[in-house]
Amino acid sequence: MALATGAARLRPRSTARRPSRGGVRTSRGHEARTAAWMVAPAATLLVVFLVVPVVLAFVLAFTNARLISPRPASFVGLHNFTTLWGDPVFWASLRNTVVFAAVVVPVQAGLALVLALLVNAKVRGTNIFRTLYFVPVVTSMVVVSLLWRFLYQEDGLLNAMIAVVHPSYQPIDWLNDTRTALPAIILMSIWQAVGFHMIIWLSGLQTIPGELYEAGDLDGATGWKRFRYITWPCLAATRTFILITITIAALSLFTQINVMTQGGPLDSTTTVVYMAVRTGYQQLATGYASAISLVFFVLVLVVSGVQRFLTRDKD
Amino acid sequence: MATVTPPHAGPSPSPTADDRAATAPHAAPTARTGRQAGRRRAAWLTQTGRVLLGLVFVGPLLFLFVSSLKPDLQIFKDLGSWRAFLPVGDISLDNYTAVFDRVPFARLLLNSIGISAVTVALGLVINSLAAFGLARLRWRGKQLVLTAIIATLIVPFETLALPLVWWVNKLPNLRAEGFHLELTQGWLDTYQVQVVPFLANAFSIYLFYQYFTSIPTELDEAARMDGAGWFRIYRRVVMPLSGPAIATVAILTFLPAWNSYLWPLMVVQSEELRPVMIGIQYFFQLNVSWGQIMAYASMITLPVLALFLAFQKAFIGSIASSGVKG
Repeated sequence: MALATGAARLRPRSTARRPSRGGVRTSRGHEARTAAWMVAPAATLLVVFLVVPVVLAFVLAFTNARLISPRPASFVGLHNFTTLWGDPVFWASLRNTVVFAAVVVPVQAGLALVLALLVNAKVRGTNIFRTLYFVPVVTSMVVVSLLWRFLYQEDGLLNAMIAVVHPSYQPIDWLNDTRTALPAIILMSIWQAVGFHMIIWLSGLQTIPGELYEAGDLDGATGWKRFRYITWPCLAATRTFILITITIAALSLFTQINVMTQGGPLDSTTTVVYMAVRTGYQQLATGYASAISLVFFVLVLVVSGVQRFLTRDKD
Repeated sequence: MATVTPPHAGPSPSPTADDRAATAPHAAPTARTGRQAGRRRAAWLTQTGRVLLGLVFVGPLLFLFVSSLKPDLQIFKDLGSWRAFLPVGDISLDNYTAVFDRVPFARLLLNSIGISAVTVALGLVINSLAAFGLARLRWRGKQLVLTAIIATLIVPFETLALPLVWWVNKLPNLRAEGFHLELTQGWLDTYQVQVVPFLANAFSIYLFYQYFTSIPTELDEAARMDGAGWFRIYRRVVMPLSGPAIATVAILTFLPAWNSYLWPLMVVQSEELRPVMIGIQYFFQLNVSWGQIMAYASMITLPVLALFLAFQKAFIGSIASSGVKG
């Protein structure tokens, strides 16, 4: 593609030097001006609503800024960060976020791959299953969280269904138990999003040329070997993409927490983003919240950087 | 199925183990029939696995829609049986009418529709124009601008949400009071704060850019020979050829706009400006019945689900194509 556009680009350049026809100005200056007004709206919006807030995150994290305050914010140095260091809620948040990501990333990616392999076949009904597995993705996380809140209740659907197969079972209040709350949210989150990554795996699977499998057949590669030596290596690019998107999504865990548990019981489900939002918008402490956001940003950068490095190394 | 997918990549460990057990021992005496029987059994198990998984994914949602038609008494009575997933017993639309009685649901719905529609429509124009400028025109520094835009993709929205709240609260705002225009400060609690920050989108620009570079530049030349300006080429030549890219960006903009939660939660206070996703949480806090919650949830889920089923191919295709390029 790069070659094609490169070659095509040469031609308009030569036409541009020719005297223009019918009063149409074709000078490079005109072209640059046109490009400028075309790109300007998007570029301006990105600067105002993305670049400025990123810079602000760095600046505000070192101030005592509050969302609504009569006094202007003043510089407080590392104060927010030292407070954060001594805040047990922060450590609980960090631990929960890391646990959530550490479970969700491999399990969701693996399950999505299994689903993709299941619906990659060219048999009847495949499309229906693709659609079925994808339906939760289209459903909003707020709705899903409220629904599962009911499923997880002590007198909810899940306990009722377990009781049918296991009559002597003591119902668990899944979201109000420090041992089960986070796992329950993990399970629900995987259920909601796994279809999305199934589709991404599927698009990767479909780029594998059929000849490779035919060649593999001749060499007697079947079953697991076929997967291990043909399918898996061909999915390298897809793998990296999936790994990084799931990781970032998992680290950003917020909606489920806010709708289902508000971080409880006993901070067993609070997360870094949830803590940042609660600090920032309920307590209006923008400076402190920005410091938390900054820590979160560094966490995301480090984790995805490490992943990128690891996956690149193997190629 | 065995021709495309490795049969061992079954839904659960059982088909894998079973298939192996079926093929391996019989391989020597009756290699052919043994393998065939094994394959058939694997295919059957795969199919069973698919159906069971399908139930797992659809079950909870089916329960949601079915329960929205039942009073709480019936919902709880049906929990331990198949009736939980079937619209049987005391069925009515009472929960739905109750939602309208308790909250200005129509208003919330219109808010969400309006916010999503404007975000999608303006977003398509702004991002495709930028991508056109980057992909089809020649100018100094464009590679730099493109790289900068793509670089912004690594910033998760959650990291800049809080500074952004502080920032939009400082922005100047024009408020219309009848015929009076009044300059005030702060975008909190407005419609535009729910739309404007999300109009420009680096990922949309990138998708359009990718698509535009695949359209032959000879078309531009021919159009320019006929005296067309760049904007005309954008509007009359390139955009009409970009249906798939437009559909992809529209879908990928609509879903997060419709489902957005974190941002409106922080910047919208008034009930009359709320989108449905925030509305449902407030509705939940009114201590209404589960049936009514399910009715509310059904009303904000079913339209999107219907859209999805209608455009299912484009939907899944767009997500897939957005993934491969990453």
